[in-house]
Amino acid sequence: MDFSLTSEQREIRELALKFARNEMIPLAQKYDDEGTYPKDVFKKAWELGLINTCIPAEYGGSGFSSVDGIIIGECLAYGCMGMNTSFMANDLALLPIVIGGNDAQKKKFLTPFTTEFRIASFALTEPGNGSDAGGIRTTIKDGGDHWIINGDKMWITNAGYADLFVVYGTIDPALKHKGISAVIVEGKTPGIELGKKEDKMGHRSSDTRGVKFNNVKVPKENMLGKPGEGWAIAMSTLDHSRPLVASSALGGAQHAMDLSIQYAKERVQFGVPIAKHQAVQFMIAEMGMKIEAARLLVHKAAWLCDQGERNTEVASYAKAFASDSCMQITTDAVQIYGGYGYSKEYPVEKLMRDAKLIQIYEGTSQIQRLVMARELLK
Amino acid sequence: MNIFVCVKQVPDTETKIIPTSDGSFIETASIKWIMNPYDEFAVEQALLVKAANPAANVTVIRVGSVKDTEALRTAMAMGADDAALVEAGDNLDSYSIAKALKGAIEKSGKKPDIVLAGKQAIDDDALQVPQILAEMLGLPSVSVIVGFELNGSTVKVKREIEGGALEVYEVATPVVLAANKGLNTPRYASLPGIMKAKKKPMAQYSLADVGVSDADRRVKYSGFKLPPEKPAGKKFDATDAAKQKEVVAQVVGLLRTEAKVL
Ligand SMILES: Cc1cc2nc3c(=O)[nH]c(=O)nc-3n(C[C@H](O)[C@H](O)[C@H](O)COP(=O)(O)OP(=O)(O)OC[C@H]3O[C@@H](n4cnc5c(N)ncnc54)[C@H](O)[C@@H]3O)c2cc1C
Ligand SMILES: Cc1cc2nc3c(=O)[nH]c(=O)nc-3n(C[C@H](O)[C@H](O)[C@H](O)COP(=O)(O)OP(=O)(O)OC[C@H]3O[C@@H](n4cnc5c(N)ncnc54)[C@H](O)[C@@H]3O)c2cc1C
Repeated sequence: MDFSLTSEQREIRELALKFARNEMIPLAQKYDDEGTYPKDVFKKAWELGLINTCIPAEYGGSGFSSVDGIIIGECLAYGCMGMNTSFMANDLALLPIVIGGNDAQKKKFLTPFTTEFRIASFALTEPGNGSDAGGIRTTIKDGGDHWIINGDKMWITNAGYADLFVVYGTIDPALKHKGISAVIVEGKTPGIELGKKEDKMGHRSSDTRGVKFNNVKVPKENMLGKPGEGWAIAMSTLDHSRPLVASSALGGAQHAMDLSIQYAKERVQFGVPIAKHQAVQFMIAEMGMKIEAARLLVHKAAWLCDQGERNTEVASYAKAFASDSCMQITTDAVQIYGGYGYSKEYPVEKLMRDAKLIQIYEGTSQIQRLVMARELLK
Repeated sequence: MNIFVCVKQVPDTETKIIPTSDGSFIETASIKWIMNPYDEFAVEQALLVKAANPAANVTVIRVGSVKDTEALRTAMAMGADDAALVEAGDNLDSYSIAKALKGAIEKSGKKPDIVLAGKQAIDDDALQVPQILAEMLGLPSVSVIVGFELNGSTVKVKREIEGGALEVYEVATPVVLAANKGLNTPRYASLPGIMKAKKKPMAQYSLADVGVSDADRRVKYSGFKLPPEKPAGKKFDATDAAKQKEVVAQVVGLLRTEAKVL
């Protein structure tokens, strides 16, 4: 067994962390306050090869493993969980193509993301169907030489900027899961109607909107797999994407702990730095313990992916444990900062707001437990 | 055109420095090493020259321990063509380092046109290696440069002098130049760059290979100590408007007599 990173992974980590420190942290608070979409930072990260890590080398990607991907993801989230949501949404949208696409689709839709800066959106959730994704109502009808999409999507990250959407719909709601299908929709296709940008608690720099598809026509060859294979593709995508989403919780948690340690050594109360008070020490110890455990889970979930082994159960452990830990750790970071932690002048309140989302998207913490129990009891 | 860039690996600026128990050096086991920040400007300048002269070859050289080769790999990931490492302890003095660098340049078999380095390394802040190296190579040198313009076989460089004024020099190549902050904005090593760097050649020499022995040591380190702890800062209460004048006078007085900064 070997827990160490390769020298190449250490360098990748070094670069990503340097990028987070120099390019993301200085803008994180401002972009959050103003709700500025981080397109400039996104593009810079893309130029350095930090984005779209899921694209295989055959299609112009860098050929990263899942473990490489989560190492980068953790560092970028260290810089800003909110900006990282915009970045990560590209991978979430491209993964179904990597997993379920044929060679021609991969060439046509993945390669452009390696040659120019492009933004992608993953459109699964609907106003009436979040956790219960199997119940989606958006329809994909056969229009002869094309598919016709109709329906409402909700909470779609990057929607306002997307050059490409991967949209899930059903060919027949009566078929339930067996009717679900996935199609690739180019961003400029007529009939796509964007809702207003949501005013969110956290990840305020990310662009989240409702999207209506009104008789949107896409070529027949844009369907991933066969009609009805969308559910299997979505489930397999989640196995790959959950470690990545979990890694963002890890980055946020690590940042919160680093800040807490620094502050606890500086802030003096009762004549000593508060780091000397055991109650504060225990909060920090708890942070370290949870981060270490979460990192092992996240790495294992990604490593299983790289081995081609089924990771559904571990990916859910990783996603739930890392995001729940991140929530606890960022909350305690605010606690350690005391009254200052509650102010926007200090960085920890943002971390606490950002942490909450990671327990919700890509399957809530409850849904992860549902998956775990199903795996354990089967 | 052959460009050599001397890079040093130094402890990350956030490292907690601990002297060894005998005071002869610092504990290196737990140090996170980075490329000396001033050397990044030197590497960037070399790469800018290469971008304008695609036939140019950029070799990065370093004298130091082999345990970590982060600095050389980073420079190659940024775009340098190849590297040379002279294996040595991390506590050599400036003279031995310069001599080893000279040896490594000679070993490469390439005649240098431009040798770049950072103006100083942020670990011992000696500010000596580029000048000693230039002397050993019999080349002119300009240090603390913040401007660089290559025209054929001459380089016009700007160097910073006291008071923020600039001196402008025109020097014929080959030349040794030592970079200051402000010369350029160093690029990041991109991820594809990191992947490519793995396949770039790195020559490795011992000190003996490059003609350096213990007899070359001019400086022996004997007493590494942490600086005395800073006394706590003084606070002055100036919230009472009536007393502000008095407080200001007191602060100015202390800045003169105690801190001696005025
Ligand atoms: C900022 C943001 C960005 C997003 N980005 C995207 C995106 O890019 N693409 C996309 O498709 N979606 C996106 N989502 C949607 C996200 O994945 C959903 O919000 C999430 O899956 C939860 O669905 P819901 O909001 O409908 O909550 P609901 O499903 O209504 O859940 C409400 C509560 O009920 C609980 N619950 C539901 N069912 C069960 C059950 N069976 N057992 C126990 N508890 C249950 C949940 O855990 C939760 O606590 C985003 C959401 C947000 C907030
Ligand atoms: C929105 C807001 C409104 C407020 N309103 C008022 C007001 O109207 N009037 C007023 O007077 N004050 C007010 N306060 C101040 C508030 O009461 C203080 O913020 C609070 O007492 C904590 O003090 P502190 O912020 O200095 O944190 P610190 O005392 O610096 O505490 C930092 C951390 O160290 C821990 N800690 C400190 N000492 C110990 C110890 N001995 N053992 C273990 N742990 C320790 C704390 O629990 C905390 O986690 C307000 C604060 C806020 C944020």
